[in-house]
Amino acid sequence: MMNTRRILPGMRISLSITLFYLSILVLIPLIALFTKASSLTGEQLVKAVWTERARAAYLLTFGAAAIAAAIDTVLGLLLAWVLVRYEFPFKRVFDSLIDLPFALPTAVAGLVYSSLYVKNGWLGQFLVPLGIQGAYSRLAIVLVLTFVGLPFVVRTVQPVLESLDAELEEASACLGATRWQTFTMVLLPALYPALITGFALTFARAIGEYGSVVFVSGNMPFKTEIAPVLIVSRLEEFAYAEATAIAVVLLVASFAMLGVINLLERRTQAANSSAH
Amino acid sequence: MPTEIEQVTMHGVPSHLPPVVSVSKTHGRAAQQDPAWLRYSLIGTAMAIIGLLIIVPVVSVFYQAFAAGPGVYWKNLTGDSDTRHSIYLTFLVVPVSVAANVVFGVAAAWAITRFRFPGRTLLTTLIDLPFAISPVVAGLMFLLLFGMQGYFGPWLREHHIKIAFALPALILVTTFVTLPFVARELIPVMEAIGSDEEIAAISLGANGWQMFWRVTVPNIKWGLLYGVILCNARAMGEFGAVYVVSGHIAGQTDTMPLRVEKLFQEYNNPGSFAVASLLTSLALVTLFIKIVLERKTQQELKEAAEPQAST
Repeated sequence: MMNTRRILPGMRISLSITLFYLSILVLIPLIALFTKASSLTGEQLVKAVWTERARAAYLLTFGAAAIAAAIDTVLGLLLAWVLVRYEFPFKRVFDSLIDLPFALPTAVAGLVYSSLYVKNGWLGQFLVPLGIQGAYSRLAIVLVLTFVGLPFVVRTVQPVLESLDAELEEASACLGATRWQTFTMVLLPALYPALITGFALTFARAIGEYGSVVFVSGNMPFKTEIAPVLIVSRLEEFAYAEATAIAVVLLVASFAMLGVINLLERRTQAANSSAH
Repeated sequence: MPTEIEQVTMHGVPSHLPPVVSVSKTHGRAAQQDPAWLRYSLIGTAMAIIGLLIIVPVVSVFYQAFAAGPGVYWKNLTGDSDTRHSIYLTFLVVPVSVAANVVFGVAAAWAITRFRFPGRTLLTTLIDLPFAISPVVAGLMFLLLFGMQGYFGPWLREHHIKIAFALPALILVTTFVTLPFVARELIPVMEAIGSDEEIAAISLGANGWQMFWRVTVPNIKWGLLYGVILCNARAMGEFGAVYVVSGHIAGQTDTMPLRVEKLFQEYNNPGSFAVASLLTSLALVTLFIKIVLERKTQQELKEAAEPQAST
């Protein structure tokens, strides 16, 4: 692209607005967070972030988020495949319904999920007698996180699947591969970057999710308490520094995770493009 | 400029836009046909997933809201002054946040797509950052600044300015959480459209303002509207961040999602589901507008791509 700085107007004003806005809303609050956390001594910090209760909450937060993201990756691949490859009645309606978790307030999702899976709920009446507790349990957290993150993988995989050349599959079939071999050895590798991105987005979203989980989990310390809930309960005790310390752990962990997955994604992309 | 078209499809992730050049050559190629039994069982599974995870919950919201009849439903929604206030508050906070993010989104997209300057990539990353921050942490950050014990707390109290546990904090956190939406939608759209028409307008003697309103805005209007819709939906439903800074003062700082939670805690399920049904209806309307806009933005991008493809 040519240098348009001398021709087009508005560089100074648009950049000033952008920088001012980002400073007020993102940078200064982030600095406040880290400053507050660094006001604790090392010992206090460890005491705040490494209690048994906090460790249980981290484990649950990251564990439930990872499981939900894994489930969503499988479901998302299946949904994307069906939507791109097959024709069936009401396909467009189903396609657009997949975005509902983006549009539906998480509090509503939490409210309705908690009511569906209790003993006399629509789905709970069948599941609870089988010993499946889909409400006020760890399973409930995974379920609602699966709902909240469902669209990410579908929407990242769908366009890639659409743009794949039919020739790839034809060549593979001509060379004697079965359909399953073609899928696992030709199609799936081409979809890896999109799948990884989708997984990462679902995972990142699930780590921070609060609104829906707070309704369905029951929020029992050590058992069904996730890290964001722990932050809120520390805040309600006016333990601001402790709450901040836990928030920093959560923040650093999700930034690091995103960084790693970003790197992974770039590597797969590079490997893919060099293979072509 | 074919490289710019490529950027559209490669840019970031949930740009929600279907690929610009979506050549549908997937049907009727023998090597892509799956056996019928596989086709039907996969379609069946997909329908079951969407049915169980999405359709059943939505139907259940309305069923439980209307369980005692429309009269009771109406009373639940309008008879309680705290609920009425929460509806009013949501419709006050959301437009302000969305408007702020529109101004920011247009400015940021203009700066990023029309000029090259050091730190441009860093700026894009900064814009995406709110997506990676838990809403609860977002709320906490603003509390650390404006709360009683916050960095600006004493000064604000001296000057009798209330931010935390009041309307300004609700607006601030909602704006933070929805900050990336408009910018993220506009950046790929403006990148794809390119600056040729704008440069032409300027060289023909238009001033910046005329160029912006007569060339840029008509070009990006559907993409912009799409960003607004997404931003609006998220702002309306925001819970965690608002929960932390609101202080839960019924009739004062409870937005609709917070009201849903409070009624739920008070074991007032019909009331809770009544408010939830209103939010669900808004989500369904959002989905509908989104579908319409997706078609329009696709057109916008196609029109932008065509003259370039022919040169």
